[in-house]
Amino acid sequence: MATPADDLSTPAPSRDMVAVALRRILPDESVLADDESVRPYECDGLSAYRRLPLIVALPNTVEQVCEIARCCRDLKVPLVARGAGTGLSGGALPLENGVLLSLTKFTRILDIDPANRTARLQPGVRNLAISEAVSHLDLYYAPDPSSQIACTIGGNVAENSGGLHCLKYGLTVHNILELKVVTIDGELVTIGGQALDAAGYDLLALMTGSEGLLGIIVEVTVKLLPKPECAKVIMASFDDVEKAADAVGNIIARGIIPGGLEMMDNKAIRAAEDYVHAGYDTEAAAIVLCELDGTPEEVDDDIRRVEEVLQRGGCTDLQLARDEAQRMAFWSGRKAAFPAVGRISPDYYCMDGTIPRKRLGTVLNRIDALSEESGLRIANVFHAGDGNLHPLILYDGNKPGELELAEEVGGKILELCVEVGGTITGEHGVGIEKINQMCVQFNAQELTQFHAVKEAFDPGRLLNPDKAVPTLHRCAEFGAMHVHKGNSKFPNIERF
Amino acid sequence: MAEHLQAGSTDHDAAAELAAAVSETVAARRPLRLIGRDTKAFYGRHVEGQVLDCACHTGVVNYEPTELVLTARAGTPLRDIERLLADNGQALAFEPPAFGDTATLGGTIACGFSGPRRPYAGAARDFVLGARIVNGRGEVLSFGGQVMKNVAGYDLSRLMVGALGGLGVLLDISLKVLPRPLCEHTVMFPLTQHEAIARMNEWAGRPLPVSATCCTDDRLYVRLSGSENGVRAALRDLGGEVVSDASEFWRTLREHQHPFFQHAGPLWRVSVAQATPPLALPGDCLIEWGGGLRWLKSDAAAAVIRAAAAAAGGHATLFRGGDRGGEVFHPLSPALFALHRNLKRALDPEGIFNPGRMYDGV
Ligand SMILES: Cc1cc2nc3c(=O)[nH]c(=O)nc-3n(C[C@H](O)[C@H](O)[C@H](O)COP(=O)(O)OP(=O)(O)OC[C@H]3O[C@@H](n4cnc5c(N)ncnc54)[C@H](O)[C@@H]3O)c2cc1C
Repeated sequence: MATPADDLSTPAPSRDMVAVALRRILPDESVLADDESVRPYECDGLSAYRRLPLIVALPNTVEQVCEIARCCRDLKVPLVARGAGTGLSGGALPLENGVLLSLTKFTRILDIDPANRTARLQPGVRNLAISEAVSHLDLYYAPDPSSQIACTIGGNVAENSGGLHCLKYGLTVHNILELKVVTIDGELVTIGGQALDAAGYDLLALMTGSEGLLGIIVEVTVKLLPKPECAKVIMASFDDVEKAADAVGNIIARGIIPGGLEMMDNKAIRAAEDYVHAGYDTEAAAIVLCELDGTPEEVDDDIRRVEEVLQRGGCTDLQLARDEAQRMAFWSGRKAAFPAVGRISPDYYCMDGTIPRKRLGTVLNRIDALSEESGLRIANVFHAGDGNLHPLILYDGNKPGELELAEEVGGKILELCVEVGGTITGEHGVGIEKINQMCVQFNAQELTQFHAVKEAFDPGRLLNPDKAVPTLHRCAEFGAMHVHKGNSKFPNIERF
Repeated sequence: MAEHLQAGSTDHDAAAELAAAVSETVAARRPLRLIGRDTKAFYGRHVEGQVLDCACHTGVVNYEPTELVLTARAGTPLRDIERLLADNGQALAFEPPAFGDTATLGGTIACGFSGPRRPYAGAARDFVLGARIVNGRGEVLSFGGQVMKNVAGYDLSRLMVGALGGLGVLLDISLKVLPRPLCEHTVMFPLTQHEAIARMNEWAGRPLPVSATCCTDDRLYVRLSGSENGVRAALRDLGGEVVSDASEFWRTLREHQHPFFQHAGPLWRVSVAQATPPLALPGDCLIEWGGGLRWLKSDAAAAVIRAAAAAAGGHATLFRGGDRGGEVFHPLSPALFALHRNLKRALDPEGIFNPGRMYDGV
């Protein structure tokens, strides 16, 4: 696939030159500088985009990261940070003239503070490892992306990742206290603190979700929460997707914020049921999974109220998981939805738009129409509580043109999300994948403001350049190909 | 939807006027002092500048209870928003203090103030989903949105929270709102501060429906919020003496009308890691936020108070009183200060918005 042209005009230093410079900082085996050894880093979770990096650097101390940053700054070599490489938007896609900085050696849990309920972590600690390490204290780390076995806390911060429980417990940005960040000048900066707030601007919020464009995260302090005493899950079937969506709204209208509130459409239900035999109703047009957690008394109160709402909303079937095993089974289908869909199609492309929930009916109908028009099947899983939609577009990469078609359909879905008042990405980030759609969501002045913010941290544009925020030039080109609703958003920019 | 929009305040869209006023000032490079109703004039460093009145930009633009999202213009009175939400069984879960009947939403967000529920539900910044601003070039820009999850572009709307107007004029703000708890009770325990801090943190490690804590005069107050049966079970579990008229207690605490705050000298806001034992500082102290927030009436030297705060992982603000021309906020490390200066320049290149309100030079 064609990747966006890198418009860095300075002649790139050679691989040998950079390798020599980095080997002054790192042991030889921590600098990978031949095609064979750098190939495992050619892509992240968005495998349709691949590119070999110039060099891979594998530091294991913060001091080394500082020196690598200074070295890259002096040589004017771009630097792309990488955690586990599970990102779904090509954020960790390497640059052929750049260093890929892998943080996988930073796997230490530096400190667990039970009294303050915090943990201080190196950036390469896996998300699930945090909760495992504090489980004996009856604590856990709340954000739980489905990739939690593999993805790192550094990557979670860089993407502001969410999970199945973020309606109630928040995203990464709500669950961290302090970051240590290495700037492109090789300076170590502490952002946030061990208290609930910090002096100055909220740089903690700014860094979260900045996709490796502002600094390298080398330490994270997370908040830990007490494990809920009790959790119960209800599964309801609906013969109509809109009815299901309304029921979700009505649960919230009753003043209940469930621990998890998810929805799947029939294609996703069937794929998941085939794969993990979760006990799903394969005849249903949609199922809603609603988990209530808290003290047993709270959960009992809420279960009663949710059942009533779902019944009134016209569900065709209602099941309360009878025990922990069945609760896990109900969730297993949802958690395995992506790989399950992977079994029914050679390839799939996962989208990540967020919409106001009340527009779900419209959006699903339009997605159906796009599916029909393109001939590509689309399955929908939905973080229904917070309006985050994951349409999975099924395609076959071996059929000429199908990937491009899938991307085109995906782009249209994202633009549809913007049109109904939503956003092109709820939790997977822009990366390289949605860079064109950024031109639809933001105007030239807003994008220019983003570039100015980047400049405040990285004037040489060396940290993960050309990701997340498109140049105006790029938007002008995209606009020329793709005039949005009959009028370009960039009328004043020269076309090239 | 329309029936939800009767906020009581007059609706006036002054975005164009505010942007034009900024553009004019940019050309003249005159500093502006941004105000809503100026109820927080006491907070931050002293600013010289021509007043830009943002209170004229009023009205709830969008509110849909089932979406849990409210968008309002920055000049909308906080009281109006709270009333509208209450009519729909919802609330701003960060329980912002108003510090004055006329306080606006914009001023509240610019100061980043949160009330008693903060450690248990989140801070003002946690509930901001999007903002429309005027930057220092006089451009009207939108960041974030009206949906719960949004990672497109840098999070500049959250960056505005607590920036004291230094990075832009807030026009419209979208907030996540939450249902009001069905049931609420407060209990009191006679405990020393030392014991109270330990107790609050022990409870915070258990899944209890605690929604506010305060320790003053050797009494620990704990508010429980949630479903009827959930709160009742927690009451049985914790014990303590039930406090009547508790909502008035929490209100006066939030608004600094509690007798503790009747005091003319300097008031310090010391924010520390929650389980930090009582600070060895002279003066009277009231503790909130599960131990994370210590209000201190003290004439001790700023350096002494700041050193104690920093040693406990936090920072100290001269919240009221004292010298408003000096360092009011905790000094930043040189590298962090450089980032602040660069960011200020990125959003406000001519330095016209509230110059020096936070730090000298930003
Ligand atoms: C099957 C599957 C399910 C998923 N489910 C979810 C889900 O439920 N919710 C969700 O939000 N996401 C989900 N994801 C996406 C992905 O797992 C998350 O975005 C995750 O946070 C990425 O972490 P990582 O360590 O793999 O980061 P990477 O992919 O290595 O990097 C992601 C981005 O972060 C930057 N980065 C990484 N580490 C650092 C650092 N230390 N400092 C600075 N920048 C850094 C990179 O440059 C890149 O831009 C899923 C992915 C897969 C494959």
